[in-house]
Amino acid sequence: MNTLLTIAAKEVRDGLRNRWVVATTLLMAALALTLSFLGAAPTGTVGVGRVEVTIVSLSSLTIFLLPLIALLLSFDAVVGEIDRGTMTLLLSYPVARWQVLIGKFLGHAAIIAFATVLGYGAAGVALAMGGTEIGPESWRAFAAMIGSSVLLGAAFTAMGYLASTLVRDRGTAAGIAVAIWLVLVLLYDMALLGLLVADGGKTVNAGLLNGLLLANPADAFRLFNLTGFKNVSQFAGTAGLAAQVQVSASVLLAVLAGWVAAPLALAAVLFSKRQI
Amino acid sequence: MSDAPTIRVEGVSKRYGETFAVREVDLDLAPGECVAMVGHNGAGKSSLIKLMLGLTTPTAGSVRVLGGDPASAAASHIRQQVGFLPESVAFHPSMTGRETLDFYARLKRVPRDGNDALFERVGLEPAAVKRRVGTYSKGMRQRLALAQALLGGPKVLFLDEPTTGLDPALRQSFYEIVRDLRDAGTTVLLCSHALTELEGQADRVVVMNRGRKVADGSLATLRGLAQLPVRIRLTLPSGEVVETACANDDKVATLRQIACEGPEIADIEVVQPSLDEMYAHFLRREAAE
Repeated sequence: MNTLLTIAAKEVRDGLRNRWVVATTLLMAALALTLSFLGAAPTGTVGVGRVEVTIVSLSSLTIFLLPLIALLLSFDAVVGEIDRGTMTLLLSYPVARWQVLIGKFLGHAAIIAFATVLGYGAAGVALAMGGTEIGPESWRAFAAMIGSSVLLGAAFTAMGYLASTLVRDRGTAAGIAVAIWLVLVLLYDMALLGLLVADGGKTVNAGLLNGLLLANPADAFRLFNLTGFKNVSQFAGTAGLAAQVQVSASVLLAVLAGWVAAPLALAAVLFSKRQI
Repeated sequence: MSDAPTIRVEGVSKRYGETFAVREVDLDLAPGECVAMVGHNGAGKSSLIKLMLGLTTPTAGSVRVLGGDPASAAASHIRQQVGFLPESVAFHPSMTGRETLDFYARLKRVPRDGNDALFERVGLEPAAVKRRVGTYSKGMRQRLALAQALLGGPKVLFLDEPTTGLDPALRQSFYEIVRDLRDAGTTVLLCSHALTELEGQADRVVVMNRGRKVADGSLATLRGLAQLPVRIRLTLPSGEVVETACANDDKVATLRQIACEGPEIADIEVVQPSLDEMYAHFLRREAAE
């Protein structure tokens, strides 16, 4: 346990020193504040809008941005250290390989959690000071959005670690990371939409569609936030969808957690067999 | 030394794809022994050290370090007693020297209050300790690398090309530390290209070539085995240089003969066979076998 914390703390300090933490937090805060102030612009007003509108916009922001940040942060984690030669020395110490991997992951996940909570929290503060009425239900939805964002970031960090242990070359790892982002964040939904239209509802039933949506952490995140809370789904235009989705919020969270655990476990197995 | 060997390598081969990095190597290292492993790049020195550290597993044969398998899951207590200075050492550039050593001390579960003494021992100034490793010169990085290898007073010390890029003064203090450790009973395995520099430091020399151990013995033994001629270079008063060669055993007689019966000379230089020559010799011998 102590070893894990030592390695994680080193990773966080690295993040602070090379300005990753600052840059990420500022970026998240700037975008979150922009969205919460301009969220109501389409209705003709500029100012802090309803919290539900902000939740919808921030969820969309999370889906595009957080996986990218997470992958950028993690694709180099293993292959880069092997490349630079720091891994050889580290592994000559009395540490198990899984401890190195999980420790570094915890450090990176902490950086993402910090940036998300602080960045989105800033938007929350702006909303609270804006003077609009915000009910406890809305605050719960807002907190759930932040929490699941962290989980989504962790899932993509884990996938970045898998890419990083899979290959021997940093460039290849970067390529895989970009591919993961493109496929899961952009192409998957388009392909799914194309499939639904082409199929015309003949073979793809609701059950299969649910399964396909759960097979992508970004979609699981979207479902969780846009359909999990009634007041949010009204604004997201997903109220109709929410009525159709038979997957409960806890299942969606479990799926997200699975997307953290599975790639990480696979990466740990691969790394333990790796000849450095 | 009559003690049981701290490191026992038996019939070890290591293959990467189609090429063998290490081939059927047997090697025993005793406590309090300083062994130098020499060989050109790609001779299998670093591969052998990685096997002994448990970073890789042998394709065939067995490696035992302090009585256990260094690559096993239970190797933690073995690594606790092993120090390693890697070739072209790399640290995290954004950490200071102190933070770096603290980090490694924590991983080795060694109390950190001994770190100041370690810095002093390797000659890293208190001002330098506070600076980021990214700003360090090669020599300072190498001192820090030695400091981390000495953490916890290791029973086995692997030094891979430890003196490349060090100035002569630093080299001397470096070997002084190695000597102290060896006298305290540590097994030291030193990899180097520079055989001349190892003279008087290493109790034994192991010559590696293309993954095989081609020679093993003290430096004098190896010179005797190689039976390479000693070259004697004479500078005449006119500035002309004459070179002659003789067997190592006839060296003294030849010198006496030159001094007593030869022409007047301005300078005399005796050139012992260099590593390159000895290495080439063992290479030729191996090819002939």
